[in-house]
Amino acid sequence: MPFIPHTEEDVSAMLGAIGAASIEDLFDEIPPALKTGKLKDVPDGLPEMAVARLMQERASRDGFWSSFIGAGVYEHHIPAAIWQITTRGEFYSAYTPYQAEASQGTLQLIYEYQTMMTRLTGLDVSNASLYDGASALAEAVLMAVRSHKTSRRVLIPKTVHPIYRRVVDTTVRNQGIELVELDYDPATGKTLLPNDPGSFAGLAIPQPNFFGVLEDVHALTDWAHDKGALAIALVNPTTLAVLEAPGQWGTKGADIAVGEGQPLGAPMASGGPYFGFMCCRQGFVRQMPGRIVGRTVDLDGKPGFSLTLQAREQHIRRSKATSNICTNQGLVVTAATQYMALLGPQGLAKVASASHANTVALAGRLAAIPGVTRAFASPFFHEVVLKLNDSAKDVLRALRAQGILGGLDISGRYPELGQAILVCATETKTAADLDHYVQQMERILSKRREAPPCAYKS
Amino acid sequence: MLIFDHSRRGRTAAAQLPAAGGSLDDLPANLRRKDAPALPEVSELDVVRHYTRLSQKNFSIDTQFYPLGSCTMKYNPRACNSLAMLPQFLARHPASPDETGQGFLASMYELQEMLKDVTGMSGVSMAPMAGAHGEFAGVAMIRAYHDARGDTARREIIVPDAAHGTNPATATMCGYTVREIPTDATGSVDLAALKAAVGPHTAGLMLTNPSTLGVFEKTIADIQKIVHDAGGLLYYDGANLNAILGKVRPGDMGFDVIHMNLHKTFSTPHGGGGPGAGPVGVAERLLPFMPIPLVLNENGFYRLATEADLPQSIGRLSANMGNAGVLMRAYIYARLLGGEGMQRVAEYATLNANYLMVKLREAGFELAYPERRASHEFIVTLKKLKDATGVTAMDFAKRLLDYGYHAPTTYFPLLVPECLLIEPTETESRETLDGFIEAMKTIKHEAETTAELVKGAPYSLPVRRLDDVKAARELDLAYKPAALAP
Repeated sequence: MPFIPHTEEDVSAMLGAIGAASIEDLFDEIPPALKTGKLKDVPDGLPEMAVARLMQERASRDGFWSSFIGAGVYEHHIPAAIWQITTRGEFYSAYTPYQAEASQGTLQLIYEYQTMMTRLTGLDVSNASLYDGASALAEAVLMAVRSHKTSRRVLIPKTVHPIYRRVVDTTVRNQGIELVELDYDPATGKTLLPNDPGSFAGLAIPQPNFFGVLEDVHALTDWAHDKGALAIALVNPTTLAVLEAPGQWGTKGADIAVGEGQPLGAPMASGGPYFGFMCCRQGFVRQMPGRIVGRTVDLDGKPGFSLTLQAREQHIRRSKATSNICTNQGLVVTAATQYMALLGPQGLAKVASASHANTVALAGRLAAIPGVTRAFASPFFHEVVLKLNDSAKDVLRALRAQGILGGLDISGRYPELGQAILVCATETKTAADLDHYVQQMERILSKRREAPPCAYKS
Repeated sequence: MLIFDHSRRGRTAAAQLPAAGGSLDDLPANLRRKDAPALPEVSELDVVRHYTRLSQKNFSIDTQFYPLGSCTMKYNPRACNSLAMLPQFLARHPASPDETGQGFLASMYELQEMLKDVTGMSGVSMAPMAGAHGEFAGVAMIRAYHDARGDTARREIIVPDAAHGTNPATATMCGYTVREIPTDATGSVDLAALKAAVGPHTAGLMLTNPSTLGVFEKTIADIQKIVHDAGGLLYYDGANLNAILGKVRPGDMGFDVIHMNLHKTFSTPHGGGGPGAGPVGVAERLLPFMPIPLVLNENGFYRLATEADLPQSIGRLSANMGNAGVLMRAYIYARLLGGEGMQRVAEYATLNANYLMVKLREAGFELAYPERRASHEFIVTLKKLKDATGVTAMDFAKRLLDYGYHAPTTYFPLLVPECLLIEPTETESRETLDGFIEAMKTIKHEAETTAELVKGAPYSLPVRRLDDVKAARELDLAYKPAALAP
């Protein structure tokens, strides 16, 4: 029996001790009419060898692609050591560190993680992580509303990832919170501030924004503070190696910083698991959701670590908790902590600058092709919006036939941009990768111009 | 020693750095950082050794018996990890076209269908990333359902007092008020109190079955009728699904919406506190409200459903498709087990729990509900031991650590004083259970003869008991060496 060690002798001895005739008797408190028969849609079990064969076949079918998609999830090199250590049983199969004495490994690691995140963001405190970047933004919105005395409105620019905005809406909709969208300047791709915003509790400030464009974060932060609201930074951790830390934005610094932790050592893996990070200024720590680890001492005065400020949490406060969250994304944080330690300040800066340089080079060469133009004339980090004078969907499909995932079609989410794709090239892309992409784009566009509609390999 | 203590200016794990950086001169100077973030500057060996050593300070299923009640700490098969981490699966970007992920999506679709079958629900969405996230999705669907019918006076969720804290916290997040109802003397929902609580204001009841008291709600048929007759919906908290997997299905008990904890029942790792996965299952009337994305099968082509497919969906809960890699591990586990294997899970989890319960009772431990059959877990109360010796459930738990056993859940559920909630799971052998029983007997004897010894435990771990009051009063949440302190 897979993963059940009992011999026949064990079973009869144990039933004897219990005083039951059969295992079925142990379910005698369940009304007989409710008992399930054979499962219809669950196939018979397979030995590991057969399941391995099946999964290898499926993995091969999905294959490898030369991907230039970013949009919140980035292909970065992941050092081999990270997941070998992360999947050690002592990390992999441990529970949430409630029994602190038996969980010092996990607890110290989270304390180190929290320290690294405060240094990246320039803020005072960090929690132990949230589910992902989008849910972290939703929690930051709730936190801003809790912290504001009167307003339940939060401003979210359209330059925030469209799906993040959907997740925030799903999360806060039933709590009487109003989300107000802010437009962007069609020339620069930067957020436009409204003249009369009314009272609001917080402003989300993406840096870089969904278009890859750098926002004027100092002005936005000061504007939010000037209106009595919190400034919520939505940031990419890789870029923080070289871009100004949210704690230094404007005159007083942002109040909360959140974002997607995936770039720090988590594989893209069709969507997860990743983790969301959240940092804030000391004054807001009791409004923060999620686990927090603190350093303290034991009975002998020796330093040690434990979960702290648990009076905020659901298992103590129940209906009055700051959030219903219990777990964080511990195992992915285990990987991210090692990633930050292995890369260090120099390495992370090099990853950031190499990704930037690759994207700048690619954008320049693609925009030189007839029919391709940059959507916005302003500095971008490691993503860029390109407009096509052809169907984005068809062009991406033709690129795919050459093994290239050429970017994300954002025409549907931003119809005002026309046919537009969001393109990203990280440090993993070589000169040959960029050449291949540019050559194919050139070939496909010119062929489609000459002989529309073009035939492509399916 | 912290990783920061290993740091030396200028040291790098050079093999991990890209060969070349790039110019940032085109970016405005005022948006660039003046000082590099003070991350550790260490070698690759420093990192490998430091974190390997830290791992050794943890208890884990792979190293210890972990009878943590309501957490289902069973063996996490290694194949689930290695096959979910095949390089093609890891390399796939979540926004890649569906055509490039048919192997992945087929696995997700099949898991969805298996979860429907084993829970008896009409639809499953695997978007939620943890149990509490699934609860949120479930209660949000209850609200969307009532609202879509114009039934907007229903603003109250009923929760038994034995429920996990996430239940009332979730109801609040969905804009509901919470009404608690008591448990009767046998550990069941108090039916009279339930009848008195329901009405035109009732949106639904959240129920864990078997409950957190380790017993099956025998009157589930009555509970179901009371709630439905009042116009409310019935929510199944899947925390204890391991106890009944394949034996009884929540759908057959009349539940309208459920969440599952795949990190419990489907053996994905707990990872030191996540990532989990909390898929939701729904009865027919809630199908239109399921969170997206979910996986559709169109004549053998698998694709992710969007807003266009489910216009009444409560929406999205994550930027992508939930904790996809966790779902992959659950799928692989399900294929290894198969239908019969799933049904055996509940059988042997229940056998182990009842054996342990009977043996501990024989050893003089007091059971919270001695007249009841254990489900996959049961409660021992140390109230009398505490009154006689001063040794608390917490002391007892800490002493177990010295004997190499992770402690059971303590002080939950809140209504049983000095309780230990014990869940052995199906993957533990009789010898392991017997060893645990001996340790429990030994500690009981220690408590009765040398109470101070137990009160001072643990002695053999990396640290002794920690000062939690100091931790909360003198907050030290990030390392600030003297040189960096303001």
